[in-house]
Amino acid sequence: MAEPSQRPKRKNPIIRTQQPTLPPPARSRVALGLTAAAARGRLELQVCQDCGAVQYPPREVCRNCLSHRLVWRPQDGRGELLTETVLRAAQELFFRERLPWRVGMVRLDAGANVVAYLHDNVGPAPCRVRVEAALDRAGQAVLVAVPENGRPLLSDDPKLREMTCDPRLRKILVTDGKSALGQATVRALAAAGADLIWVGQAEPWKRVAGFETLLALPQASVVPLDLTDGRSVRELAGEIGGKVDIVVNTADCHRTFGIAARRGVETAQLEMDVNYFGLLRLAQEFAPALKARAADGAASAIAWVNVLSIFALASYPAHGTYSASKAAALSLSQTLRAELRPAGVRMINLFPGPIDDEWDQLELPPKLSPGAVASAIVEALKGSVEDVYPGDVAQDWLARHLDNSKALERELAEGSR
Amino acid sequence: MKARRRKKLAGTKSGRQSASPGSGSDLAAQLRRVAAGGVRVVDLTQTLSPDFPPIVLPPEMGQCRPFRMETISRYDDSGPGWYWSNLSFGEHTGTHFDAPIHWISGRDRPNNALDTLPSEHFMAPACVIDASAQARADADFLLTVDHIKAWERRHGRIPAGAWVLMRTDWSKRSDPVAYQNLDETGQHTPGPDPDCVRFLVRERDVLGFGTETIGTDAGQAAHFAPPYPCHYYMHGAGKYGLQCLCNLDRLPPTGALVVAAPLKILEGSGSPLRVFALVPEPAAAR
Repeated sequence: MAEPSQRPKRKNPIIRTQQPTLPPPARSRVALGLTAAAARGRLELQVCQDCGAVQYPPREVCRNCLSHRLVWRPQDGRGELLTETVLRAAQELFFRERLPWRVGMVRLDAGANVVAYLHDNVGPAPCRVRVEAALDRAGQAVLVAVPENGRPLLSDDPKLREMTCDPRLRKILVTDGKSALGQATVRALAAAGADLIWVGQAEPWKRVAGFETLLALPQASVVPLDLTDGRSVRELAGEIGGKVDIVVNTADCHRTFGIAARRGVETAQLEMDVNYFGLLRLAQEFAPALKARAADGAASAIAWVNVLSIFALASYPAHGTYSASKAAALSLSQTLRAELRPAGVRMINLFPGPIDDEWDQLELPPKLSPGAVASAIVEALKGSVEDVYPGDVAQDWLARHLDNSKALERELAEGSR
Repeated sequence: MKARRRKKLAGTKSGRQSASPGSGSDLAAQLRRVAAGGVRVVDLTQTLSPDFPPIVLPPEMGQCRPFRMETISRYDDSGPGWYWSNLSFGEHTGTHFDAPIHWISGRDRPNNALDTLPSEHFMAPACVIDASAQARADADFLLTVDHIKAWERRHGRIPAGAWVLMRTDWSKRSDPVAYQNLDETGQHTPGPDPDCVRFLVRERDVLGFGTETIGTDAGQAAHFAPPYPCHYYMHGAGKYGLQCLCNLDRLPPTGALVVAAPLKILEGSGSPLRVFALVPEPAAAR
């Protein structure tokens, strides 16, 4: 049995901090279909529309009937571990640093044979397993076989833990700990075993309910942080940047206006200043520090989480300027992801639908409680995903967006959510 | 015009006190004394910094942008030999000046904006009313006509065209939380009551009213009748405001000359500025 992770020893300051290495990152365009699904926490394989054969590895034409009508479909991943081996030598630096490594071949019940990493809890072959898709340190999809029953955590396996960003024993910065979402996030991370949580506070003269008791959590430590103030971000990065393992950017400015409903640009600028420029300031100051510590032993810098909005995918005209700022943040987060990727630091985006707070007061249910979004953040960190669409509204918008983004635009313009 | 009349008054009435800096010949004497070191310069300005708290309004309203400073270059690849920054801030940030156009009651006053402000108003005598003990005891302390009259019994009548500065030592609250002093019922900071403002405007024809807090009005002044009386009456009569002042404890009750020249902004309603006072030093102190 794998042991859950233990508190890492303090860093030895006379030893050079290890530099991050990555597993082979190259994928064909068609193979990125596996990554696209894994980024959302799903195992999808191509299925032939003509003969029904499930395909692996990803390919252009059906291995059975040569049809090119292959579509990505979710799989339950159940199958039989046929055989296993232990990798003991590797030319790739990433594997060289981590040998030995168990891999096996699984015959999926759906009909395809796949090569998968084996979780520590998987017994010797032959045995029943379930294959999951996960994202490796390069951000690419890999397959992992876990025992068929039960829900072993990837983070319980010392090697597979690197495919997660488990908050347990991590040091985490929550950029805005004052909002309802921020407070819920701090509590959820504390409950998930975070070692230390820096709780960002802007405008300290504005007292909000619950904040004082939140700071009584033994893990919580309040820090001044205002994303609209470059100096504030720079000073905090100078102070704690070299210690932060995970940045959770909960800072958000949400006002509820379209174009005609509010004159001038001041309010839209404020949204942009927090949601877009705030992320830019934060990324410029903290990302280099995270990248430098991406292979710092068991306590390495591992992840960046942005709470975006489902409104980033398509404008919700009643919240038009907010939608635009979140769309800008989404675009910037993709840049950040590209810049963090060479170090193996994961960038996770959450796209919640309306949250049950004061700015979505007039939105009809279903609405997400701040606690539900916080749980989704923790789940995302414990798992191996990049894009999270928590709640029914987000799932619905995503499905409509993927199906026909123009149709979604029209539906939202009509005022229907 | 009212502004012209006030100037005339300032030149005559205030001349009755020999130490008053209001008249031209005294000013020349003052300047000679500055050159000779006989005048103390007291900076009444808080440092403009991102941490200095701006006024708090309900979040659905338009907001005063706090002071922000983004570096253009600092002897680096963006500008190897020089350091400079771009600034952004609301007109009413830090130690700042309120022009009559700031308030709806002053919107139709002549010369009511920063670009048309009569330049003779840049310098004026100051009457400093010490309410520091009362403000220490009660954050919601209100200055009344009785307080003004009591002050006048000791220091003489407030001359027309003078700044009335309310000393509370509030500026000594270096913690922004204590400086804002907000609770669930809003801000609790001292200021003038409506009758006091009416008296200063109608009976004393002051140049304006200055405070050490974030507004010229008290923190709870939204609940007064009229709301924000200092803004309403002062600006309605073409008078000015100064707020977030400091070092008022270093000014004498009378005799100081305040220099307050806001930025010349087209239709500007106010601006941060460097405010300082010239204080004649008694010969013995030199």
